[in-house]
Amino acid sequence: MVASTLGNNGAKARVEDEIFGRGRDLRGSGFRTLLLSCLGVSLLVLVVLMVQVVSDGWSVLSTRPIDFLTGVLRSQPGDDALGISQGLVGSFWIAVFVTFLAFPVGIAAAVYLEEYAKQNRVTTIIDTAVRNLAGVPSVVYGLLGLFLLVKGSKYTNWLFVHPFNWFWKLFKDEAAFQGQSTLIAGGMTLAILVLPIVIITAAEAIRAVPSSLRQGAYGVGATKWDVIRTQVLPYAAPGILTGTLLSLSRAIGEAAPLILVGAITGRLAPRESVLSGIGSFTEQFADKFTAMPIVIVGWIRQPGETFQPAAGAAIVVLLILVIAMNSVAVALRNYFEKKRG
Amino acid sequence: MTDVGINAPELGRVSEISIETLAGPKKRARKEAAIRSFFFFAASVSVLISVLIVGSLMKETWTFVSEVDWSVTWGEIGWFPRQGLYDMPTLLVSSLIVTIVAMLVAGPLGLGSAIYLSEYASKRTRKFLKPILEVLAGVPSVVLGFFALVFISPQVIERIGRNGWLVIGALIIVVYLMLVLGWARQLVRREAGTELSTQVKRVMVLTLLVASALILIWWVNGVAGSSDPEAANFFTVKGSGQLAAAAVGVGILTIPLVASVSEDALASVPDELRQASAGLGARKMTTTVQVVLPAAVSGIVAAFIIGVSRAMGETMVVFLAGGAADQAEFTASPFDGGMTMTAAMASLATGTDSVVGEALTFQSLFFVGSVLFLITLALNIVASRFVNRVREKY
Repeated sequence: MVASTLGNNGAKARVEDEIFGRGRDLRGSGFRTLLLSCLGVSLLVLVVLMVQVVSDGWSVLSTRPIDFLTGVLRSQPGDDALGISQGLVGSFWIAVFVTFLAFPVGIAAAVYLEEYAKQNRVTTIIDTAVRNLAGVPSVVYGLLGLFLLVKGSKYTNWLFVHPFNWFWKLFKDEAAFQGQSTLIAGGMTLAILVLPIVIITAAEAIRAVPSSLRQGAYGVGATKWDVIRTQVLPYAAPGILTGTLLSLSRAIGEAAPLILVGAITGRLAPRESVLSGIGSFTEQFADKFTAMPIVIVGWIRQPGETFQPAAGAAIVVLLILVIAMNSVAVALRNYFEKKRG
Repeated sequence: MTDVGINAPELGRVSEISIETLAGPKKRARKEAAIRSFFFFAASVSVLISVLIVGSLMKETWTFVSEVDWSVTWGEIGWFPRQGLYDMPTLLVSSLIVTIVAMLVAGPLGLGSAIYLSEYASKRTRKFLKPILEVLAGVPSVVLGFFALVFISPQVIERIGRNGWLVIGALIIVVYLMLVLGWARQLVRREAGTELSTQVKRVMVLTLLVASALILIWWVNGVAGSSDPEAANFFTVKGSGQLAAAAVGVGILTIPLVASVSEDALASVPDELRQASAGLGARKMTTTVQVVLPAAVSGIVAAFIIGVSRAMGETMVVFLAGGAADQAEFTASPFDGGMTMTAAMASLATGTDSVVGEALTFQSLFFVGSVLFLITLALNIVASRFVNRVREKY
């Protein structure tokens, strides 16, 4: 009799329902829906945000997209020459500073912490410093830049200027860091800001390198540096690249430290073309500057919302840059995770 | 590997292999040492930066502390740095409001997302859902500031309006008290089973009760004012841009951070616990709420503390959407314009090329920065204690 009831499909489903509670666990499915809706809210916010900035910037983006990219900062919102080229140039150079200062130092620091460091007090101090730096609010880095690199002092000169005088001479005749807010100050501040992020992500990537690779290399007589150069770094490269791309996009979107360091929010005289000479090219590093997020801040804070379309359009450009970088980083990580199982 | 310095004929004569031969040429050892010290130098840069941050904060802060007339830093009408009034409670209370409201947004949403991704989502749905948080994490704070100013403030905060916020405030109080009471009942029930010491428990219960009392007073104040529609009170929405609008923006920015730290904590809970719970006949929800969450509680607390620290340090959203420029009167209402510590710093640095004004204005920037730095540092240290506790446990 049991067999005949179980043979009946409807009854079988009923028994299964009894056992697995499918469709009955109302609290459970309610809970699940509630959790899913948390992600849904985030998605909703993203969509509304995108729609808002695109619709605000549409009047600019649809009528004069090229002029907007090549234009300069102006005091009138209707000015035909209004645009973000100075912001793009400033952000580009900041990215260059981050690439050439924060990446080498950060990756080298990660190599030290993962490959060389022994369990001792010095290592603990370095490790603590990195972790705490990662949690320092970005404005505080701005204060560091303002104090050291903009206002300057005899300590700054002693630390940064005198030892590298030959270097600064490339940019300007007199020494930098003398009460002027400069592109160098902005770039260095952001390089310092992302350094802990680069270290932490690179260290994670290096930690994931299987130790069998190292042992194999040691076994055939490689030195530590050989192992790092030929085994560890190539294997960890995708992970390191992901981290560096994420920190680069962070540096490009960051505004607070640049405001403290004194990036220009109002008008900025257009710079002579790079083609007009090497002097003009190098001098820009020791001159006033602006950057994409700062251009946006300047326009949002103009009274009367007259600059709102321009701000919306600039945000669209910034978002495209940042999200493109992040997507490449995430895609890269997923590709290698999949490839390596 | 050409400089290894051992060649085959030498290896053949066993008697000639010495420690020196195996160690290789001196040149190679020197090169390795040089490379090692280069890496060490790179690693010590972060220590140097920490020292420089503390040093640059200390110098101007010391000038401010030693020269300021302390009566202007406490109990004045507000933060008017260019008139020489540096009222710290104005900034501290605003920072507190923004942090609390931001965590009311980011806490539940971040934790909920983390639980879904870690416990419920299959590998495939995860692939579609995780990028939502990753994109959100990449949105620059100026963009959220713009969004808070042109959307959240007029379309959410002002549209819901005074009466709406009174009701929402009451709902928050009810939910909060239910959670506190439910949790306290559980604590009493399972006195022996939890790993927290009784002292910690007492402190936590006390904090929660004090917080409940404060929220109740805040709400009663709003209700009491409602008999006189003209009188401004906590729930009167003012101006364009309010602390609440900025705080919601900050909260949205904090969601991915809270989510990713909590997800790490949930992922570190061993699967054996889930399997044992399922084996005893518990449903998914029961397993999640009664087994996984308590096991990951240290990490989740850490996620919240890191979120608080991040929310307190967030600058641009409050600077753009907080509803105050350059100066602010004291306010304890989230529906009023106000200035947090971070926004005050950004305001001080804009306007002119450099910070000018009353004699100590420049120094006040560093003083506020030091206070902010110390608060976030303390929070981060506490958070890393909690994170380590999870690591040690599993």
